[in-house]
Amino acid sequence: MATSSKLNSKIPEGILENKWTKYRSTVHLVNPANKRSLEIIVVGSGLAGSSAAASLAEMGYKVKVFCYQDSPRRAHSIAAQGGINAAKNYQNDGDSVYRLFYDTIKGGDYRAREANVHRLAEVSSGIIDQCVAQGVPFAREYGGTLSNRSFGGTQVQRTFYAAGQTGQQLLLGAYSALQRQVGMGAVQLLARHEMMDVVTVDGKARGIIARDLVTGKLERHFGHAVLLCTGGYGNVFYLSTNAMGCNVTAAWKAHKKGAFFGNPCYTQIHPTCIPVSGDHQSKLTLMSESLRNDGRIWVPKKKDDTRKAVDIPEEERDYYLERRYPAFGNLVPRDVASRAAKERCDAGYGVGASKMAVYLDFAANTERYGKIEATKLNLHNPSKDEIMRLGKEVVKEKYGNLFDMYKQITNENPYEMPMRIYPAVHYTMGGLWVDYNLMTTVPGLYALGEANFSDHGANRLGASALMQGLADGYFVIPYTIGDYLSEEIRTKAIPTNNEAFVKAEAEVQARIDKLFAIKGTKSVDNFHKRLGKIMWEKCGMSRDAEGLKWAIAEIQKLKAEFWSDVRIPGTNNEFNPELEKAGRVADFIELGELMCVDALSRNESCGGHFREEYQTPEGEALRDDDNFAFVSAWEYKGDSNFELHKEELKFENIKLAQRNYA
Amino acid sequence: MEHGNMNLTLKVWKQKNKDAKGKFETYDAKGISPDMSFLEMFDVVNEKLISDGKEPVAFDHDCREGICGMCSMYINGRPHGPKGGVTTCQLHMRSFKDGDTIVVEPWRSAAFPVIKDLAVDRSSFDRIMAAGGFVSVNTGNAKDANNILIPKYDADTAFDAAACIGCGACVAACKNSSAMLFVSAKVSQLSLLPQGQIEKQDRVLNMVKQMDEEGFGNCTNTGACEAECPKSISLENIARMNREYTGASFTQNKV
Repeated sequence: MATSSKLNSKIPEGILENKWTKYRSTVHLVNPANKRSLEIIVVGSGLAGSSAAASLAEMGYKVKVFCYQDSPRRAHSIAAQGGINAAKNYQNDGDSVYRLFYDTIKGGDYRAREANVHRLAEVSSGIIDQCVAQGVPFAREYGGTLSNRSFGGTQVQRTFYAAGQTGQQLLLGAYSALQRQVGMGAVQLLARHEMMDVVTVDGKARGIIARDLVTGKLERHFGHAVLLCTGGYGNVFYLSTNAMGCNVTAAWKAHKKGAFFGNPCYTQIHPTCIPVSGDHQSKLTLMSESLRNDGRIWVPKKKDDTRKAVDIPEEERDYYLERRYPAFGNLVPRDVASRAAKERCDAGYGVGASKMAVYLDFAANTERYGKIEATKLNLHNPSKDEIMRLGKEVVKEKYGNLFDMYKQITNENPYEMPMRIYPAVHYTMGGLWVDYNLMTTVPGLYALGEANFSDHGANRLGASALMQGLADGYFVIPYTIGDYLSEEIRTKAIPTNNEAFVKAEAEVQARIDKLFAIKGTKSVDNFHKRLGKIMWEKCGMSRDAEGLKWAIAEIQKLKAEFWSDVRIPGTNNEFNPELEKAGRVADFIELGELMCVDALSRNESCGGHFREEYQTPEGEALRDDDNFAFVSAWEYKGDSNFELHKEELKFENIKLAQRNYA
Repeated sequence: MEHGNMNLTLKVWKQKNKDAKGKFETYDAKGISPDMSFLEMFDVVNEKLISDGKEPVAFDHDCREGICGMCSMYINGRPHGPKGGVTTCQLHMRSFKDGDTIVVEPWRSAAFPVIKDLAVDRSSFDRIMAAGGFVSVNTGNAKDANNILIPKYDADTAFDAAACIGCGACVAACKNSSAMLFVSAKVSQLSLLPQGQIEKQDRVLNMVKQMDEEGFGNCTNTGACEAECPKSISLENIARMNREYTGASFTQNKV
């Protein structure tokens, strides 16, 4: 297989370990005087956007940051719970850059680029250093050193954390660095602004059209380069662990302006979320993967067992992950754990009222911790109650906020009975196709963090999203953007009365007018929920050709219905959340179709993409490396018309193998 | 669509924009399930309003898991409603009774102008952060993370202060519209850690100055902020900030 001539990954020559070091030492630079006249637009203020904007402003570039929320601090990176990986080897347990690289490639089911992943592993240590220097209060040991814990898909402890609020603390660190630049006038902050389109001039990205969400006014903004740090598209499923406002609009507009979309069907379904409770539900809540450190997952051995969890004796419980995967046990990667939960529930062993849940049980480890505490306190022959009381204190310190959240949502006390959990949409590995510099197929247009496709292959390991977002923003883009901007130092700022800006704004206005003109009968949410149902059932945890074909036809019908029957109240010239949602859902519908097209074209199973037709006798994902060891990069060719370009994945350092966690 | 069997009456603040005069409107919320969050109850009400051809109620919300700090409803006279330690999005309808009348207002403070209905402008918080809520360390300067050891107690106490979600409930709860709890949480986090020592005097002086310029009121130690804070940020932070501020005022080197 040859890589399409339209794709140039720009992976540096040389041996893997030296590629990044050599590249960043030789990449073109922009001198400080020239940086002052170069303008960069950053869309999105999560970990990738805030860290990129702060770092680029520190270097001297003129930066504008846009976010749809009322403050950059609200970006959904804030909700990441469990932790961030780094190859520090502080635990002396055999970690290294190579091992983090290897685990990530393997975890991604051999569908990621070796060079990008190795770079990610290399810069991971520096992220922790930078965050600590900013005053991020990571968890520490009594000796004052940083604490670590385990996450899925690895056998070392390399995850740094701040209780169950790691994303919050990392984002507030990046946000404080950003606000420092705002205070110094190096960054102009435009909150409550949504990017409506990319503006290209002579084939290069030169700015954006943004809508002021308070006044409804459309604005034109010029930039020598545009960085999309706009997160993932999990909300295409309606129900997901994403925030309500998370959307694909910026990435999708870029796609329609020529940026290829990479691996759209690679979706991460997270195994441990609070199950759906009713059709009023607007979003799903994650219970951090870190809980699998101390929680054991099980279902009853008997079908339709209606006894309470505590009344089911040990020998009648099926710890199915420990049974199927003894080496990794409850810490198998997310895709494996999710499918195993689905398999048990589909087979009739599910628990709870809906029977679509499994237990995550902390009793055994609470008891273990209790015994350790009793020993520390010199308590001889403590009672079972005493042990459990002491153990609960330990569990509370480690996971208190998660247990509180579970109790608040379900009205059940997880200290007394096991949690009920079920998989839910959480992250999208797919995203805009980018080269080694993080540039899309549109010159000057970059994608960072979850918005790009680059590092996680077909399945992301836990605690790696925070690592990638900050790696891209703090340590990759500050170097790689020089490769492009060094050629732009003679480009004067383009006035926004330029024809390209005028035309782009007119198109955005026309689309808004068209939405209002429909005056239909159904709310935006009505369409969003129906799209989500199609996607979850046919393009979710498992897919097959027949279902995907059906879904494509259904989505096309839904699109036609949306554009003839959606109702948007109010006007354009005001704060109008329904209008915002309408624009986003219209884009989700188009993306949903592409996801199904991508899933249908990939006749293999890998990571989060599980095709029923392609599995091993044991029910594991069956890859086809001879025919599918490539990145799917889709080019937009018009309405419901996408052309596939392939980037061959070359594995020169890791031997392709069937993933084995048993 | 029926979701449950609770029926409620809502009295909701409606205001077209920051310059318009607002007033309460009354809405019926029917068929509500006790398992819904307060915001999901509003989703149901809005869905009905849209299908009736009426204008839905605008409100801020995003993560719906209690961490982003965007949701901001003043419910029956209390920010984030009757339950302690939760945001509006984590408040469930089981905390109310069938037949209840619930009054819902936006945060009220001169420094938080109303944008529309229940949504307010909290950009003043961003400006306070820009005035000093950071450690001045450019990317790439950092040394190995374990080079500076930090006592666990200090790290934990800093974390407790850093857990602030910037929602503004403290301001909404305060009779003086003071932002002292918000500002002191950031001042405390950084002054408890070795990394924050170098700039601690400038930080507290600059952040407090900006806080005053934004129009927030003074602190009179009533403690309403701590009682209503969804993240239980402690009043001790205000005491710590006052000490820092007094110390800095007397000893700072700048003229």
